[in-house]
Amino acid sequence: MTSHMLTRSLDRAATLFILIVATGGILIPLSNLLLPAGSPFQVPTYLVALWGKYVCYAVLALSIDLIWGYCGILSLGHGAFFALGGYAMGMYLMRQIGTRGVYGNPILPDFMVFLNYPRLPWYWNGFDMFWFAAIMVILVPGLLAFCFGWFAFRSRVTGVYLSIITQAMTYALLLGFFRNDFGFGGNNGLTDFKDILGFNVQAEGTRVALFALSCLALIIAFVICRAVVTSKLGKVLIAIRDAESRTRFIGYRVESYKLFVFTLSACMAGVAGALYVPQVGIINPSEFAPGNSIEAVIWVAVGGRGTLVGAALGAIVVNYAKTFFTSGVLAPYWLFMLGALFILVTLLLPKGIVGTFNSWWQPFKARQLAAAEASAAREDGVSEPKMAE
Amino acid sequence: MFYRLRALALAVLVIAFAVPALAGPFDDAIGKFTTDDFSDTEEAIGVVASSGNPLAYPIISALQDERLMFDGDSKKVYIKQTDGKAIDAATGAAVDSIPDGASSVRLNNRLRRSVEAALGGLTLLSPEVATRITAAQSVFKSHEETVLPTVEKALAKETDRTAKQALSEARAAILLFKSDASEVDKLEAVATIKGRGDQDALAMLSDAGSDQPPSVAKAAAAAISSIQSRLAMWSAVQNAWYGLSLGSVLLLAAIGLAITFGVMGVINMAHGEMVMLGAYTTFVVQEMIRTRLPGAFDYSLFIAVPLAFLVSGAVGVLIERSIIRFLYGRPLETLLATWGLSLVLQQAVRTIFGPTNREVGNPSWMSGAFELGQITITYNRLWILCFTLAVFAILLLMLRFTSLGLQMRAVTQNRRMAASMGIATSRVDALTFGLGSGIAGIAGVALSQIDNVSPNLGQSYIIDSFMVVVFGGVGNLWGTLVGAFSLGIANKFLEPVAGAVLGKIAILVLIILFIQKRPRGLFALKGRAVEA
Repeated sequence: MTSHMLTRSLDRAATLFILIVATGGILIPLSNLLLPAGSPFQVPTYLVALWGKYVCYAVLALSIDLIWGYCGILSLGHGAFFALGGYAMGMYLMRQIGTRGVYGNPILPDFMVFLNYPRLPWYWNGFDMFWFAAIMVILVPGLLAFCFGWFAFRSRVTGVYLSIITQAMTYALLLGFFRNDFGFGGNNGLTDFKDILGFNVQAEGTRVALFALSCLALIIAFVICRAVVTSKLGKVLIAIRDAESRTRFIGYRVESYKLFVFTLSACMAGVAGALYVPQVGIINPSEFAPGNSIEAVIWVAVGGRGTLVGAALGAIVVNYAKTFFTSGVLAPYWLFMLGALFILVTLLLPKGIVGTFNSWWQPFKARQLAAAEASAAREDGVSEPKMAE
Repeated sequence: MFYRLRALALAVLVIAFAVPALAGPFDDAIGKFTTDDFSDTEEAIGVVASSGNPLAYPIISALQDERLMFDGDSKKVYIKQTDGKAIDAATGAAVDSIPDGASSVRLNNRLRRSVEAALGGLTLLSPEVATRITAAQSVFKSHEETVLPTVEKALAKETDRTAKQALSEARAAILLFKSDASEVDKLEAVATIKGRGDQDALAMLSDAGSDQPPSVAKAAAAAISSIQSRLAMWSAVQNAWYGLSLGSVLLLAAIGLAITFGVMGVINMAHGEMVMLGAYTTFVVQEMIRTRLPGAFDYSLFIAVPLAFLVSGAVGVLIERSIIRFLYGRPLETLLATWGLSLVLQQAVRTIFGPTNREVGNPSWMSGAFELGQITITYNRLWILCFTLAVFAILLLMLRFTSLGLQMRAVTQNRRMAASMGIATSRVDALTFGLGSGIAGIAGVALSQIDNVSPNLGQSYIIDSFMVVVFGGVGNLWGTLVGAFSLGIANKFLEPVAGAVLGKIAILVLIILFIQKRPRGLFALKGRAVEA
């Protein structure tokens, strides 16, 4: 059954995507570690970390594409799940600092000593164990998404209303995490990490390993998404996207399907955030900013909504462009470009890069196939019109 | 003969030495400033203050600012005036320079209090009503017993009503704390202070608690609880006012959104930027007026309001024609495109005007405040409330009684039917979008008066405005009105309980829960339009 699902879900493009990601995930770390520093093929560590960040964004984009591209739920608050996963990981990393902090307190992180916390808040308990943090990375965003979705989908909040309240949700979390008494470090957030599982986060080996792990996470997330969208469940999701009322009238419990996929997507976003935090070395409330979530949606739109590969591609392309343009003399114009990207993609490229490519490639491919069949037939000499002579 | 001579000489000597003493307690007191002893200084302050000498006020105020200098050798005291010149404290005669050895009379905290009290007492008799009132209020706070005679003297000849009230409160405060005042006086004092009924009165009555006769203590306790309940009422009124004020701001920001969202179903994420454009229009108008026509500054807003409407409205029509009309029926895409547009507009303004806050001034008729009972109402908030209601009323009338309004309502209720009846829906769409954006521009003019004019101005309002529209219900202006004011008031009532940020979070959570209950808002449109 499982193998059947896998073979069905992985068509040629998907296999190609997985192969590319896997190759990158293996070759880049190898080149960084094995080749000498001066070699033209050696990838410097800072680039590895940067690409690791892009890969995490790609996972986030996949999670958005799963709900927006296949179920029509436009969440403008997915950055919140990403950030929550990041905070769960950040809390683990904070507890690993131990006595090496500025104040040298074995239990309390620096900011708590600074803010005169008498003891660890109860919700920080357990985060000194990696397995607990790893569960929380998935559980906390998942639980929030489940509660939120349960309320929202059950009362049939759809379309732009849902988008606006997801935005309000992440905005409320933003305001909350900015507060010092929330116990998450206020506007400085969590930073100054030392170790992850006993390895130094700053060390080259750790960074490279984190990059490889992010690639692995991207592959796993991609396979899960493919499995979902090609299954019967996925067909129902697409039906909901295209005609929600009709699907309901046929007899499907629309809200349960939506709730499932929304929660799954939030868990994926949480994992992306958890991998993101040790690579960038900080998590702070600005990750909750509504603007971040909307930007993540545009990655998906650029790459191609409802294609999965496109979402990952869009995240990497847009973020690469962002790094490229914001570091040079063009920095003041980046927001113009980003804004124009939003407008132009929605107006001129509604299917995104991959979608447009597909709509151009598939007829071409079909013609080619037809031509090949025709020529094959000709060689067989079966249906030659010549016969009638 | 010899004895007589000796006696005479002695008498002359005595007289010679006695002259300063004979010159009166005032000069005596001045001498005490030179001993550099705190208790001498305190005595001197009391004597000088009650002397009635015209120099008393300059001396004490100089003492307060440490401008009163004494020369230990010549036993003379000088007042160093604020313009750098000096006068002799005893005679008031100008002196060329203060001797080098002179130093200022030192004060400690206890002395500073008696200096303040003395100053209060001195100005109680000032010819200016305002000065007398301030003086009486400061005496009320210090309740210095020594000023009591002055207070009573001032009270006896006071004619102004407010000043008289302030003076009798000051007298009551002194009597309440005076240990040898009669019980009747004290009871009267408690009643007077209770009549004042503010935070100061409350503090005073709770301070006076100990060593009072039982009847007075009882009266004071009763007065305290009565003041407390009155204060609670006033603070509720104050919160309601703040809430109305916040609500008017929200309404102003949301009203344009209600039109575009309600009539056209278009989510305009660049709505906040239309508000920002209005605010920057105000800035430009004011800059022009400052450089060309400084006298007309008070009228700047009358120019800015129509101009902002035109600027934002024109930009709105442009956006509708160039972007939004291609995205009808795809609300999520509209949302993304307009978000991109908001980024572009923000960055454009940032490039032109710089990223920092720009200075937008209040015209004179909008600055200042007045007191209403226990609350302070600032004129700019009041004007904005009136302005918002006026805009709302005009818009309502426009929708009701003009042909454009009729067409807009027709398109809102049933777009296809309206088109079949010959209404040019795309023209109505463009004008509606322009109208909504123009109103956002007007909102920007008003917001520039109370908020920072920066490229981020619009972003801070966009989520709140959406909340208002969604809460109130789409396609219904009254819903927006009720939504804005109830959110504003709820926010301000939650703030003192939960703090500003938690209050806001609570409101957001409540709205999210509310939408679950009524997904189409408070006043949802009924009928087929909803399903379309």
